[in-house]
Amino acid sequence: MGWTRKDLLTMRALDATEIVLLIDTAASLQEIAGREIKKVPALRGKTIVNLFYENSTRTRTSFEIAGKWLSADVINFSASGSSAAKGESFIDTARNIAAMSPDVVVVRHSSAGAAETLARTLPCSIVNAGDGAHEHPTQALLDLLTIREHKGHFEGLNVAIVGDIAHSRVARSNIHGMRKLGMTVTVAGPPTLIPPFVQELGVKVAYRLEDAIRDVDVIMMLRLQQERMTAGLIPSLREYSRYWGLTLDKLRAQARPDVLIMHPGPVNRGVELSPEVADGPYSVILDQVAKGVAVRMAVLFLLAGSKAGEQA
Amino acid sequence: MTTRPRLREKTQVLDDAALDRALTRIAHEILERNGGAKDLAFVGLRTRGVTLAHRLAAKIAAIDGAALPVGTLDITLYRDDLDMRGAPVIRGTDIPFSIKNKTVVLVDDVLYTGRTIRAALDALIDLGRPTSIQLAILIDRGHRELPIRPDFIGKNLPTSRRESVAVRLKEHDGEDRVVIEEPEEA
Repeated sequence: MGWTRKDLLTMRALDATEIVLLIDTAASLQEIAGREIKKVPALRGKTIVNLFYENSTRTRTSFEIAGKWLSADVINFSASGSSAAKGESFIDTARNIAAMSPDVVVVRHSSAGAAETLARTLPCSIVNAGDGAHEHPTQALLDLLTIREHKGHFEGLNVAIVGDIAHSRVARSNIHGMRKLGMTVTVAGPPTLIPPFVQELGVKVAYRLEDAIRDVDVIMMLRLQQERMTAGLIPSLREYSRYWGLTLDKLRAQARPDVLIMHPGPVNRGVELSPEVADGPYSVILDQVAKGVAVRMAVLFLLAGSKAGEQA
Repeated sequence: MTTRPRLREKTQVLDDAALDRALTRIAHEILERNGGAKDLAFVGLRTRGVTLAHRLAAKIAAIDGAALPVGTLDITLYRDDLDMRGAPVIRGTDIPFSIKNKTVVLVDDVLYTGRTIRAALDALIDLGRPTSIQLAILIDRGHRELPIRPDFIGKNLPTSRRESVAVRLKEHDGEDRVVIEEPEEA
């Protein structure tokens, strides 16, 4: 089975075979990072536009490096200091960029559905690099690749996703991906940060950190956005950190000795993760970032490197 | 997916004994040309080239006692026809040794237009600077579109473009045999 989609918008839309094809392709491409000359000619002559309406270091850099290692021309467009700051609408900006015939547009936007809107409007391939609290498929794919490299398989693994589930596109994309690959997912956090009806995604819910992390294979800690405190969803950072921060003591008391600690970044040290855990032996956080480049190469290659991306 | 016409076997070109003799001869020729096994390495092209490279390395080990390294090359990222094919599957390059200052013998099963070898040369040179690259091919079927010629050939086989050459190896197909196939009449 090959790749047949024009766009990569959500994990929800993919089936298990497509997810595994993306991960296998990424795994094969990892070797390029270890080369003396990190460049292959696969996407020579292709143009990729990074259209970022939200701040991002990791994701934008990672897409840029991925495109460049595949020999594509990568153009970065960020909302600040551009026509968007002069009041041009999202769709108008996108149409103008499309008029310059890029092959792929990578988009990040604070509104859910922004990538889908572009995919319907523009003829080129669209990659969703995060849309509001909706989805962030490439983050889920790099998390899945990291898990497979460390655990060897997906089927039957138990995962806890801890923190601000309600506002997390990383959690949503991961839940869809993990469920399709046969993993059991438990989400945990203060009740104000757990969305209602989350069980309908096929996950369990825990309201104590200790319950969530007991005997799981993977713990994924989410970033606590500081704005949540001013919005009244948590009483204080200190209280959050006391009940929901992962420390070495809590890990040793409850978790398996071979547990993986993951975090999509950027880490609030001392809030959701203590520094000893973030830098400790269980942590694979920097490994996730390295895998991010391979995953984005795989996505760009499958969308732009084959005829499938142009036909659909 | 485009449906390809069904193929039927037309003639057998090599049986298992002939295939083995061809590989033995190539192994001797490689040693003769390079004055021994010093600084030699094999790189096979996925999928059957890799298998043939391992067999050649085993033959050289039997003749000369030298254990030569064998690497695997995937040329998908270097193809010039990516836009003409369906979504390609990448299976990865794995060359666990430095090719710098080595004489690399590139191995593939069938040489046809030469475009695969062109891509392989680019892919290989991106990984380092070998002293030289030589090309070993089991079947040379002609119809070259690029100025590429093999150094070691199992068998020259004049074919027409509508025919195809199938190299079947025990490791993949359960038998050692080379056959010419042609499309079944509609």
